[in-house]
Amino acid sequence: MSAFLIRRLLRFVVVCVGVSVVTFSILHASGDPVALIMPEAPEADRVKLREALGLSDPLPTQFVRFVTNAARGEFGRSFFYREPAFGLVIERMPTTLALTCLAVAVALAVALPVGIYSAVRRNTVTDHAATVVVFLGQSMPVFWIGIMLMLLFAVQWRLLPVSGWDTWPSVVLPSVTLGAFTTPLFMRIIRSSMLEVINLDYVRTARAKGLSEWLVICRHALRNAALPIVTVIGLQFGLLLGGAVLTETVFAVPGVGRLLVRAIVQLDFPIVQAGVFLLAMIIVSVNFLVDVLYVYLNPTIRLR
Amino acid sequence: MAVTLPQQAVAYEVSVGTASGSRAWRRFALNPAALAGMLILLVVVGAALAAPWVVPHDPAKQSLLRRFTPPVWQTGGNAAYPLGTDQVGRDVLSRIVHGARISLLVGVSAVIVSLLVGVTAGLVSGFVGGKVDTAIGTVVDVTLSFPQILLTRVVRAEVMALREKEFIEAARAIGVGRLRIIFRHVLPNTVSSIVVMSTLQVAQAILAEAALSFLGVGSGRAYPTWGQMISLGRDFVTVAWWLPTLPGLAILVTVLAINLVGDRLRDALDPRTT
Repeated sequence: MSAFLIRRLLRFVVVCVGVSVVTFSILHASGDPVALIMPEAPEADRVKLREALGLSDPLPTQFVRFVTNAARGEFGRSFFYREPAFGLVIERMPTTLALTCLAVAVALAVALPVGIYSAVRRNTVTDHAATVVVFLGQSMPVFWIGIMLMLLFAVQWRLLPVSGWDTWPSVVLPSVTLGAFTTPLFMRIIRSSMLEVINLDYVRTARAKGLSEWLVICRHALRNAALPIVTVIGLQFGLLLGGAVLTETVFAVPGVGRLLVRAIVQLDFPIVQAGVFLLAMIIVSVNFLVDVLYVYLNPTIRLR
Repeated sequence: MAVTLPQQAVAYEVSVGTASGSRAWRRFALNPAALAGMLILLVVVGAALAAPWVVPHDPAKQSLLRRFTPPVWQTGGNAAYPLGTDQVGRDVLSRIVHGARISLLVGVSAVIVSLLVGVTAGLVSGFVGGKVDTAIGTVVDVTLSFPQILLTRVVRAEVMALREKEFIEAARAIGVGRLRIIFRHVLPNTVSSIVVMSTLQVAQAILAEAALSFLGVGSGRAYPTWGQMISLGRDFVTVAWWLPTLPGLAILVTVLAINLVGDRLRDALDPRTT
């Protein structure tokens, strides 16, 4: 067990270093960032800025400095807001995480019953209808789903506000949008995980004992299908956060995604680096936790 | 409630075994959804290729007199502009047809690049194993922490499984070189999963391109793309519903068609499918 943990941990560290390299190279990917930031400035000003940003040092020195600063949460001041970039990103993180959690709740509320039903009553009309929904859902861009919901509920029927995140009604459309984007994926995972356990011997035994279908499904089948479901959902966390970035842009939700998109357009490198680094770290950590949890909770996996 | 549909599954259960070419094709062609997807794709590809000759108007031509003309079926619509015009009077239909070019081009080229990188890395990783495998695996892990490049993983898993197969061992035993084994024996056996994954990846790439141009970091303003049309149309959602809606439908139909074909290909090429 511990050997596995150590190996997994080592890999986690290596991936973190990789994430740092990628985040670091954002600044250098476009060649000379100073030329991008001030395209018309005289050379003297450019040299000054280059010095101030430490861009004249050799790359390895810059990278080490970047990593040590990043570990302390320092990514420099935002060019635009003139405030520490890390603080600006952290400030908006709760909004993004709240949107993500609400969306997961919406998606689970729909996908859990439908997914289980499709698996238990395989090849019925409901199952086929669910498959159609999955196909449709996976072929729509999340921002388009958002605009369509906005068109119906905010413009046509005037039931909900068009954008924002300050009142309860304004939370509904963004959460439902991201939820609708996530639901097909969850539905597919839940259906296939349930299908794997539903015909196993112990489920048949439970049925043979005379337990009600409801009990068999919830207590025996679902409990054993839950682990792969949670794992796969955890591994899709990156997709969810990516969807959150787009959803925030559609509905003007003041989260990390909107900040990040604006920073990219404004070439506000400290914010871009801080935001990308934090989001990537969250994804890496969630993936690591899910991986470890899966092995801990699953007795059938042989640990090498 | 629980009405059981005629079980199409039965037909496939009979044909379990290795999926030979013709049988796989028959399985594929017999499926109405896959055929519909194929037809839609043909139309989209045809429209994209012939765009300059089939569109009714120049997609960049503005006309302030014709701003916000609704689609033809609505009051105020104009048959010359079947899908209406946008905020500067450009023809929406012509722009959508031209947008198909970018979407398909991005979709296909993204997959070609990821095929070249992914298949090579996967083959080497799975076949050589050891440190090289660990190194490539870690690189893939890092990439996966940002967006998703599933291809490498799939190919690698497939190759890992194949490496242990007897016919590979036999080839190795009679002294066939490594490269030759990879290209003559391993690669052909991974082709079906590569084909399926690439098809589904085209769909993913089209969605990704749409997302990027929606965020304004796509291929620039010069040429119309579906994502960019949605992004611009969002600002006029209250006055011109068709501006964000129709390009989105174009994405939906195209991606759905690709997904249908890809999914059916997977079932048809997989000998274990029942």
